[in-house]
Amino acid sequence: MAEVHAPGTPRALAHQFDDLEQQHQADELGMWLFLSTEIMFFGGLFLAYTIYRTQDEAAFAAASHELDLFLGTVNTVVLLGSSLTMALAVFAAENLQRRKLVLLLMATMVLGCVFLGVKGFEYYHKYEHGLMPLLGLPFDWPGPSPGHAEMFFDLYFLMTGVHALHMLIGLGVLCVLLIKASRGRLLGDFSAPVHLTGLYWHFVDIVWVFLFPLLYLIGAR
Amino acid sequence: MTTIIAPETAAPPDPNQPPRQHYLNAGYTVRSWLLTTDHKRIAILFLVSITFFFVVGGLAATVVRLDLMTPQADLVQTETYNKLFTAHGVMMVFFFLIPSIPSVLGNFLVPLMLGARDLAFPRLNLLSWYVYTIGGLFTLYAMLAGGVDTGWTFYTPYSSTYSNTYVMATAVGIFITGFSSILTGLNFIVTIHKMRAPGLTWFRLPLFIWSIYATSIIMVLGTPVLAISLLLVAMERLLKIGIFDPKLGGDPILFQHLFWFYSHPAVYIMILPSMGVVSEIVPCFCRKRPFGYAFIGFSSFAIAVFSFLVWGHHLFVSGQSIYGGMVFSLLSYLVAIPSAVKVFNWTATLHKGSISFDTPMLYALGFIGLFTMGGLTGLFVAALAVDVHVHDTYFIVAHFHYIMVGGAVMGYLGGIHYWWPKISGRLYPEGWARLSAILIFFGFNLTFFPQYILGYLGMPRRYHVYPEEFQLLNVMSSAGASILALGYFFPLSYLLWSLRFGKIAPPNPWRAAGLEWQTPSPPPTENFAETPVVVDEAYDYQRIDGFAVAGSGAAASPRSHREESTHG
Repeated sequence: MAEVHAPGTPRALAHQFDDLEQQHQADELGMWLFLSTEIMFFGGLFLAYTIYRTQDEAAFAAASHELDLFLGTVNTVVLLGSSLTMALAVFAAENLQRRKLVLLLMATMVLGCVFLGVKGFEYYHKYEHGLMPLLGLPFDWPGPSPGHAEMFFDLYFLMTGVHALHMLIGLGVLCVLLIKASRGRLLGDFSAPVHLTGLYWHFVDIVWVFLFPLLYLIGAR
Repeated sequence: MTTIIAPETAAPPDPNQPPRQHYLNAGYTVRSWLLTTDHKRIAILFLVSITFFFVVGGLAATVVRLDLMTPQADLVQTETYNKLFTAHGVMMVFFFLIPSIPSVLGNFLVPLMLGARDLAFPRLNLLSWYVYTIGGLFTLYAMLAGGVDTGWTFYTPYSSTYSNTYVMATAVGIFITGFSSILTGLNFIVTIHKMRAPGLTWFRLPLFIWSIYATSIIMVLGTPVLAISLLLVAMERLLKIGIFDPKLGGDPILFQHLFWFYSHPAVYIMILPSMGVVSEIVPCFCRKRPFGYAFIGFSSFAIAVFSFLVWGHHLFVSGQSIYGGMVFSLLSYLVAIPSAVKVFNWTATLHKGSISFDTPMLYALGFIGLFTMGGLTGLFVAALAVDVHVHDTYFIVAHFHYIMVGGAVMGYLGGIHYWWPKISGRLYPEGWARLSAILIFFGFNLTFFPQYILGYLGMPRRYHVYPEEFQLLNVMSSAGASILALGYFFPLSYLLWSLRFGKIAPPNPWRAAGLEWQTPSPPPTENFAETPVVVDEAYDYQRIDGFAVAGSGAAASPRSHREESTHG
């Protein structure tokens, strides 16, 4: 990069890279590698789920029927919608559309918050019905094999909880992006953070796409 | 490699000239160190931190060895003993061995070997050090505040339900430090893919880079599994849920599967970088291209891939199905193939080489011998029937110390000595260095060889009260440990001494191949005055020596130059 750089203005290219192309490729590869670590992280939970479900499929199906399929479906639509707005935000950032970027980031955050709100409501509902076997709370299970049903709810809270934690982290990052975007940054050559956050947000979305059927849709209703 | 290395002389500094700018004198403030994004300075930060944790882990081992001098429990109480061997294991595994070569030598050398100005993500690199240090201090606090008595393996349900020690705090500390490992591995993979100098193709890379790449794959894919296992243990303790608790329908063996899915590959995180160091040292001190470059490189990948498929050999006596055991036994045998490929290639490199026995070479040769012993006894314990006899005995302790100390630590020290002139700009005292390399070799064998016999005779690990007839071998082991401690104390002293009093190092004291030797010692902050262009294969020692003989008349030995600067 032989171009003259005016001092004081921010530059898109970090000193260790030769050109923006190299920098973008490195950023993207780094993010994909990070997402692969996330897959391994969630993988442990999915493994535990698979093992315990195969031990007693009937109990897992019965416990699954206690979850609110309607709210779960609504949340799935909400989260997929937020992925759409996120993808459009990346597009807006690359095309120097500042207003659009700000609005789309806000829309993504609103949808993310709706998802967490619905999730919180579902958690509260389970607590009211004595289906929250955490912290020694009572667990009333009328059906057979309460142990396995309890394991289902343990896993339900762990898996959706870890997922919700990732949503919260994503919302925090989006918040920073929103502040920067409203100041007219993150456009064009500077749009890499939006692009990388988008990858992360889609990943969190995809995890839910696997969680939803495994937790809500097993066993014929 | 590219540039033909002309014989350099360590010219005495001209008092009229301002001193050359390099990464060490680029700033002297605490801030210039703690907020640096220079990979070389971060490597130094890691060097200081891991040395600290090595000393802590070593102190715990000292008390353990002292207590084992007698068959009775006379120095410490049983509970304290449990906490001591846990502290030793946790500190050495998570805070010394795993970060050792990648975080210190890898951080320092990867950009230099690639001809890059820095790693791909310098700020993540600094974050990695902070995360590591915070996790380490947190764990140290847990150790000092009350300790943990579960062993470094945290087996459930003891760790999740019964132990009343600082399991949570330790798990949190290790969980935090895991992110450091992930970030370092991620940084290396991206840098190796995207930031190689023009002309530096994959098959021109130094073998150290191949092994660091393979290590990084394990760090990136394995560490998150440890994180989720520890998180589940923590959640089990915190939320009173029963993922691993048989009373609540959970399965404690699941923890062992998850734990070893990371912790067996972690052994290769420790040994692969050392193999990389040996692959650099052996060609340099034989003045030869390594025999079978591609085989050594690909065997690193083979080890990384196999490492993820053998965890079940830790569960032969845990109630795993016999068929599972047979498959894991077979797969464990397969790891021996790429490991043996490396050993045979190093020894074939020695064949007809012009060998000199400088300190790094002493460590490398020690590594080859000790790693071979550790690897061969690994085959014993991978055999289903033999493992039933030696499982949880001192045989296992001896086996993994031959790999982790005889292998990983020897490689680490060899690497530190080999690149010390580059890192510090000073030469270390060769006589003292050779003496301590030899002391460490003998001290190590005296410490751990008796433990093979003890284990085979049936002494279980993690016990500090034992039958009278085991005392002689235990005393031998403790005596060896004191020699080993002396051997570690010397490098710590003379390397620090050399920082001030050592001879000024020329850019390439070993007349070695590799881009890192083509920049001054210590390197400037930006590493290279201009990005090097590589036109040739790695390890072209014949050409380096040919040129030196014709051009300067110096003998083609890596020492010739060193002797000039040390005695001249």
